[in-house]
Amino acid sequence: MEIKDLYVSYKTYLGELKVLNGVNLKVGEGEKVGLIGESGCGKTTTMRAVLRILAANAIIKGGCINFKGKDILRMNDKELSEIRRKHVTMIFQDPTAALNPVFKVKDMLSDVIRFSIGSSSEKLTKEKIHEMCLKVLGEVALPDPERVLDSYPFQLSGGMRQRICIAMSLTAARDLLIADEPTTNLDVTIQDQVLRLIKNLVEERKLSVILISHALGAVRGTVDRVYVMYAGNMVEAAETNKLFSEPLHPYTQGLLQSVPKLTGTGFSEGIRGHIPDYVNPPPGCRFHPRCDYAKEVCRKETPPFFDVDGKGHEVACWLYGKR
Amino acid sequence: MRMSTYIIKRTLLVVFSLFGLSVLVFVLARVLPGDPVRMMLGPRVEPWVYEQTKKQLRLDKPLYEQYFYWLMDVFQGNLGYSILTRRSVTADILEYLPASLELIFLGAIFQVVGAFLLGVIAGRYCYKWPDNVVRVISYIGISIPAFVMAIILQLIFGHILKWFPIQGVVSRGIPMPPKITNFYTLDCLIAGRFDAFLDVLWHMILPALALCLGGMLQDARIIRSGMVENKDKDYISMAMAQGLPERLIMFKYLLKPSIIPAVTVLGMDIAAMLANAFLVEMVFNWPGFSKLGIRFLLNTDLNGIVALVLVIGIIYSFVNVVVDIMVAYLDPRIRLMERGE
Amino acid sequence: MKTSLMNKLREIEARFELKRKWYRFSRSPLSIVGLIISVGTIITAIAAPWIAPYPKHAELYTGLGERFQPPSLKYLFGTDHVGRDVLSRTIFGFRYSLTMAAVVLSLVVPVGVVLGLIAGYYRGTWIDTLIMRIADIFIAVPPLVLALAIAAVLEPSVFNSMIAVSLMWWPWYTRMVYNTASALRNEYFVQAAEVMGAGSFHIIFKEILPNCLGPILTKVTLDVGWVILLGSALSFVGLGAQPPTPDLGTMVAEGGKYMPDSWWISIFPAIAISIIILGFNLLGDGIRDIFVEEAR
Repeated sequence: MEIKDLYVSYKTYLGELKVLNGVNLKVGEGEKVGLIGESGCGKTTTMRAVLRILAANAIIKGGCINFKGKDILRMNDKELSEIRRKHVTMIFQDPTAALNPVFKVKDMLSDVIRFSIGSSSEKLTKEKIHEMCLKVLGEVALPDPERVLDSYPFQLSGGMRQRICIAMSLTAARDLLIADEPTTNLDVTIQDQVLRLIKNLVEERKLSVILISHALGAVRGTVDRVYVMYAGNMVEAAETNKLFSEPLHPYTQGLLQSVPKLTGTGFSEGIRGHIPDYVNPPPGCRFHPRCDYAKEVCRKETPPFFDVDGKGHEVACWLYGKR
Repeated sequence: MRMSTYIIKRTLLVVFSLFGLSVLVFVLARVLPGDPVRMMLGPRVEPWVYEQTKKQLRLDKPLYEQYFYWLMDVFQGNLGYSILTRRSVTADILEYLPASLELIFLGAIFQVVGAFLLGVIAGRYCYKWPDNVVRVISYIGISIPAFVMAIILQLIFGHILKWFPIQGVVSRGIPMPPKITNFYTLDCLIAGRFDAFLDVLWHMILPALALCLGGMLQDARIIRSGMVENKDKDYISMAMAQGLPERLIMFKYLLKPSIIPAVTVLGMDIAAMLANAFLVEMVFNWPGFSKLGIRFLLNTDLNGIVALVLVIGIIYSFVNVVVDIMVAYLDPRIRLMERGE
Repeated sequence: MKTSLMNKLREIEARFELKRKWYRFSRSPLSIVGLIISVGTIITAIAAPWIAPYPKHAELYTGLGERFQPPSLKYLFGTDHVGRDVLSRTIFGFRYSLTMAAVVLSLVVPVGVVLGLIAGYYRGTWIDTLIMRIADIFIAVPPLVLALAIAAVLEPSVFNSMIAVSLMWWPWYTRMVYNTASALRNEYFVQAAEVMGAGSFHIIFKEILPNCLGPILTKVTLDVGWVILLGSALSFVGLGAQPPTPDLGTMVAEGGKYMPDSWWISIFPAIAISIIILGFNLLGDGIRDIFVEEAR
């Protein structure tokens, strides 16, 4: 899948929030990609645009999202429905909010199964669906699936809810899984379990993954390539190890430096300043007000991705390329 | 807590409230100025008749004893004697109340169906023209009191357009069936008089509409805003992301959480209808409990007033319990979570 | 002196973020309409003697030569069965309606709110149970019915109808505030205040109350409409203002006999009632929207 030059804004009472400012992202078949960035930089917006489940007040101002040769943004309802049912799926950040509180698990799961696996060709019987529900829950290592099926979401723990969401998403995905901070809202002890579960399932089914997180550690152990996002732009992309060992963009450098270390001396510094106001974003490179290396051109024009080493390490910064 | 426990708890609460209500109403009636015995018998009566009647009505005993006896009477179905008509109040109420109840019932049906349709349409076409039309109409409709609505409806659809009758139960020329249950519609059906049945229904439409329009529009708004609010919730996004068909999402997953607040309000709406029936019946000359109530009120017939208030209180509480149970059924969080969680 | 007042105003503005709230409020056209209608109603009520074309008609007056005049340039709303100008009487009717709302609410709100705060703060104790059970009793009967009953056993008059409405209205505030207060009771900031040694009085009024203001304010605004409705319903039945007082409900009732020929006698007061209620409803909704945004 490839996202090209995506511009998305939100209409609010404060004005127009120009959140996405020309986002570019590529995921190959079977590839695992990570997406890191602070809260509010537009990661979730980008991913929602892929499945076209943006909020009602969002406007897509430009760009395209190509999946298997077709542009998702221009698909009709039928094609879009097919994408959602069979190809691309998403795991949300807050499993409590993602499950309808007034329905039992088995109702929701049955519907998903019925619409993604059972198609017009085979009519699924109740027993068959029930069987598949149990099977699917087993795959996410949920103990006592019968009891879980008969429960309401609020009766289950956070970890269990997320597993259910994962189960539901994976019945609907053959190609691409988007995981939006799947472990952020869980207890630390559960985080590792769930992350490992996702990893295993992805390996088994050979899915492509986009893993969003603001926990650098989670991303590092899981993906092949990492994108760094800031204020609506991708600022750097590289192979995981390369990114963590040789960060090139000033923002990435600042980010990696901010992580508290157990060894060494002193406190971490953090990056001065704060994320920009999306109603009046800074012109040119949106990071320039916080950047120690800002030049004249940074204030005027948004830098494109510059390929630095010919092997896929790209940086959107005027320090590494010219117009 | 399970459903049955919840039901029992609710009912007990209601019973308690009703007891309190009976005390309140009773005290209010007894404490006020005015001598009921004098009012009943008139000024020119021998002293011994006065004393005898007073004894008979137990008005010579202390207040709490009076209350106790009164309560016993109530449980036996004896709500006292109307000072004016000398008849048993229970008989009076049984004669007139069913007519109001059937009006309210029709109104309730209109309200539920109407609110549902309008709310879903407004939610579906949110921010587009059907939604705006519904919202504007709602604002206006909610602000019009029921009795004003009754007058307006009567004027437009009764007098001017002549689509519906202006008042009464049956049209001239159609003989009324014998009163058995005191429900006009049922009596027609029992007597096998289908023509009268339809005629009565025709007479009921305007008053029922007047009763329910305010509540209908309010519920429609609640349903609509519920749908709009829940549309952006994650669980709907998730359902969309999973590719579930739009119809399914809207009518199953979006609808259920959205109607819960409306159902909660339903109890209060029925209460409003119980109260407004009084006024609307006056406008349309429908012989329901308003006929009785007015007689009682304007003549300060205390027994009558007390009994009427109590009966209405019971009906209202009953409706509330039913509504609460319905809400608990729809929203599992309410019945399964302990207080304070 | 002026500067200290300015400073106080600035303080209030900062504390309650009035500018921001106004901005949000002003973005909704319906709320502005509500504000205009409500303010218009209040101004009409206050300035009645000066606005009404025939102020004398609002009191004891008979103009038997001009009865049942349809709306015309001379009598914009026509005249009624005694020859009085319906427009003037309607304008004075605003006065009665708003006075009733003002009196009832100024009695009911303080009492109801304070009781609710106390019950909420002492949630779980006998104080709570006592207050709320009494409130529940009043809520057990539909509002109008109870008001009718109370009004009936008192002498029919404007004053007594106000008492009737007040008596049955306060529990609604108590209940609402109770719900909010008892939820807030367990919030951290309350516990923090307790730990710091603040007295109950301070906590109730300085910590919990400001957080309840939103729903209270909304409800008060919406209630103006409801109280007026209740009052006119009582008058309609004959238990409130008595003729010849130009109360809107009474006027609707009086004119009922002359429908549909002299429709203007009933219809104009009826529409007036509806417009007042509409105005305060819209205003109340606008206020509610401001506070809902805050909560988000």
